[in-house]
Amino acid sequence: MTEYSLNPNVWVDKYADYLFNYAVARVSDSEIAKDLVQETFLAGLKSAKNYQGAASERTWLIAILKRKVIDYYRKINSKKGKAEVRINYNSQSDSAGDWLEENVADPFSTFENDAIENEELGLAIQECISQLPKKQSAVFVMKTIRGLSTEDICNELGINASNLWVMVHRARTNLMGCLNENWFKL
Amino acid sequence: MINCEEASTICNKKQYKEATLLEQIKLGFHLLFCKTCAAFSKKNKKLTILCERANLYKLSELEKEKIKEMIEQKL
Repeated sequence: MTEYSLNPNVWVDKYADYLFNYAVARVSDSEIAKDLVQETFLAGLKSAKNYQGAASERTWLIAILKRKVIDYYRKINSKKGKAEVRINYNSQSDSAGDWLEENVADPFSTFENDAIENEELGLAIQECISQLPKKQSAVFVMKTIRGLSTEDICNELGINASNLWVMVHRARTNLMGCLNENWFKL
Repeated sequence: MINCEEASTICNKKQYKEATLLEQIKLGFHLLFCKTCAAFSKKNKKLTILCERANLYKLSELEKEKIKEMIEQKL
């Protein structure tokens, strides 16, 4: 079995986006997600001495983040629970009745699966991006995720447009290969 | 006529909706008889769709720097 070790100096560069995606999918609020990621790193530092090297750094950090997400929901629920008294079974008042049966999930819906799959896809892409050479990932992220214009990116990185497209091309080809391995073959 | 290298660049531009109409026509013509580029174009489109579907999020560099500083203080 391989022994893993912690390396907090590279945490932010390597895992921040991955953890952030994970958190956003669960709390659906980017501000809260950001705080959770921050707390995760802090908690990780605090308990670094308990890390036994059995799991990879990322798995370990995700495990901490998971607890943070649960804690977050506990916190908001306890506040809400004190403040309101529920009379109806469901919170939406516009539904036809308040029979529990009307609120059962549609067994034929594939909607939930889509959401789960999209989230996993996001994590897979994020992982592939983190494996790209630094310059390529920078260009790809600015272009695809942050949606900046070609001109802005050129100015910020000090490269010319044809240079940028070469970078984009390499990044995209690498990503296709990586996703082929990690996503379509699963 | 355009060569494969130009075709791939146009194809990449197209993924970000930055290819001009003329370029797109050139590309379409090239794809008619170049199987390699047609395959690349298809895969490239797929990657774009995947990226859109995945709702990628990212922390800005500024926010990352803040977290980094915080970690360094605690180390």
